[in-house]
Amino acid sequence: MPSQIPQVNHLSAAFAWPPLARALGTLALTAPLFFPMSAEAASDADIAELKTLIKQMRSDYEQRISTLESRLVAAEKKVAAPEPVAVAPLPDVPPTPTPVARANAFNPAIGLVLNGTYRVFSDPAGGDIPGFPGGEEAGRAAEGFSLGESELSFAADVDDRFQGKLTFSLADNDGATSVELEEAFLTTTIADGARVQAGRFLSGIGYLNTQHTHADDFADRPLPYRMMLNGVYKDDGLGISWVAPTDTFLEIGGEYLRGGQYPAAGAGDRGKGAWTAHVKLGDDVGISNSWQAGLSYLDTRPIGRQTGTPGAEDSFSGDSRLWVADAVWKWAPNGDPSARNLELQGEYFWRDESGEFAPNGSAAIPYSGKQKGWYAQAVYQFMPQWRIGARTSALKADDPGAALAGTALDTQGHDPRDYSLMLDWSNSEFSRIRMQYTRDESRPVADDQWTLQYIMSLGAHGAHTY
Amino acid sequence: MWNKLIPGLLLAAATLPAHAALSVFACEPEWASLVSELGGDRVDVYTATSALQDPHHVQARPALIAHLRRADLAVCTGAELEIGWLPVVQRKAGNARMANGSPRLFFAAEQVQRLEVPQHVTRADGDVHASGNPHIQTDPRRIAQVANALAQRLAEIDPDGAATYRQRHQDFAARWSAAVQRWIQQGAVLKDKGWVVYHDQWVYLEDWLGLRRLGELEPKPGLPPTPTHLAELTEALRDHPPALIVRAAAMDPSAAQWLSGKLDVPAVELPFTVGGADAADDLFGLFDVTLKRLTEAVR
Repeated sequence: MPSQIPQVNHLSAAFAWPPLARALGTLALTAPLFFPMSAEAASDADIAELKTLIKQMRSDYEQRISTLESRLVAAEKKVAAPEPVAVAPLPDVPPTPTPVARANAFNPAIGLVLNGTYRVFSDPAGGDIPGFPGGEEAGRAAEGFSLGESELSFAADVDDRFQGKLTFSLADNDGATSVELEEAFLTTTIADGARVQAGRFLSGIGYLNTQHTHADDFADRPLPYRMMLNGVYKDDGLGISWVAPTDTFLEIGGEYLRGGQYPAAGAGDRGKGAWTAHVKLGDDVGISNSWQAGLSYLDTRPIGRQTGTPGAEDSFSGDSRLWVADAVWKWAPNGDPSARNLELQGEYFWRDESGEFAPNGSAAIPYSGKQKGWYAQAVYQFMPQWRIGARTSALKADDPGAALAGTALDTQGHDPRDYSLMLDWSNSEFSRIRMQYTRDESRPVADDQWTLQYIMSLGAHGAHTY
Repeated sequence: MWNKLIPGLLLAAATLPAHAALSVFACEPEWASLVSELGGDRVDVYTATSALQDPHHVQARPALIAHLRRADLAVCTGAELEIGWLPVVQRKAGNARMANGSPRLFFAAEQVQRLEVPQHVTRADGDVHASGNPHIQTDPRRIAQVANALAQRLAEIDPDGAATYRQRHQDFAARWSAAVQRWIQQGAVLKDKGWVVYHDQWVYLEDWLGLRRLGELEPKPGLPPTPTHLAELTEALRDHPPALIVRAAAMDPSAAQWLSGKLDVPAVELPFTVGGADAADDLFGLFDVTLKRLTEAVR
């Protein structure tokens, strides 16, 4: 395809382009007309002046020519883009209808997750797990019919730089509906691979912590999540993460947070009471396997962290440090998980707390202790729509010493443990019904727990993370 | 020793593959093949999914994030085909040049007329696409249209290679045009033939060759075949059986085989995309194999 504009040698353009060359020539010839004087009378000074003038005009024109040249180059580049080539014309099909923009066209995408459970427990008492003073979400879920948490989320691009998301979680506590702000944050990309989050968001520590509970494979979170993170650690602040420009996925991230949410409390250090760091690695192995592993650290300074029975809370102030190692391995034949797939997942928690523990109204007692926890699970989709899974999780705490005997920190010589089996059926990717059995040995009295659960996703549903 | 080693090292360095000008993240193999046709050595293509995967249902794997992070251009189908994973990969990769609306995000389905655009959408109808059927690569005429737009886009984001893309595109378009004429002649026997498909993913091939769809093995798009639905389908088709039953290589063969036995009509596996059959190793091979298998089945 010949370009529309003739090829020119750019260096000689000024002289090869006849109109310009002519114009320059004419100018040179007619210049004396504008300065009427006889040739004889022209002094050396006059000639010098004329020369300068002509020189000035020439440089003027040269400048304009070079501008024209660069425009020409730009035009050539534009024309160099290929022209459509006609191949076997399409028959007349009605064009794809263009939706008429409505007033709500810019409304955020709204997503709704409905969640409901029916639970039966063999031990009617329940109670606290010895050695682990837990937050308000840590205890056993409600028996019988229960709504659990329903989620309502809004998300949209703010403009070309910012995205925003807000998630409410609605829970019913014996007739009173409580609304909790799960997430309210903006994200933006500040450089290649570097993202910033600001607001309230799920912390990037661990593996399960970064996903919403409706995406979990079991009806409840494993013991270390419940007892050491109150289910999930989310807080207000600023997070930054950077993905390295490598073939293997490598993400490094850190957060600086308010420190108002368990395991932090009291927004220490004048509202900057927590920080985190994490590194994640991941890749494919062949076409059928993929993995991700991570290491995270959470450092908080809780002030007056309240745990235990409402109205008779214990309180802890001091330092809390948590390390989490996580690993996930996924297999799907030929990398296609729609028919069959297997997911193996595990995390290890290691926590070190020191400070002062004040049991229910009593004076504060110095405390320093370490706790460990882990879980491992396997979930297998054996045919489309159907999955089975098994999980076990465990906790182990240091003996806090004689001064704290009989308090919530007293392990009573018991190491908490649980074993779960689940079976779920998903009619589509938007609906799931699950049955779960858990042998819960987290308390000295073992508890057989049966759970029936539904999770329904309505409206806009964000894609799930790995 | 050094006088031998140093020239050796220099030679090794010189023979390393030249760094391609453009790193391209292709969501599906058909677009990877098209990018290679148009870009040649100027492009380095990573393919996110294979012919044996259903691009609706891959996961936002770490490897995908790492590759999109470094890409200069992403070439995907769009029309919500990748909605289950691409947004997450895009967000996590934090590729500053690939914000929504950037010309570095190229969506093939936006370049052509789409069919089956629903007037009303409800998930009660299954996994429907509000922007129309996304599986446009089964019509070679639409591939030609995508090639036009893609060649222009490549030249736009890599102006230094504009001449290469123009020249390669002309060459591709000429070969493609000739091949399309050949496939049209070959496929003439398929006109007005009835067929049953596993998933509604061949509407553009039907539109091109004039095949008539008599039913789908899936009760609703995206839901696996059920015995009830298959029994109803068998009943409905008993008096006027289709000429053939087709499924893509990634789909489970059992339902198609069962119906094939019941109605005594051939069940055909089609590559659906590049890599879906041994000989379908590029876009030309894809249609060669597709036309060959279809025409043999109705003979």
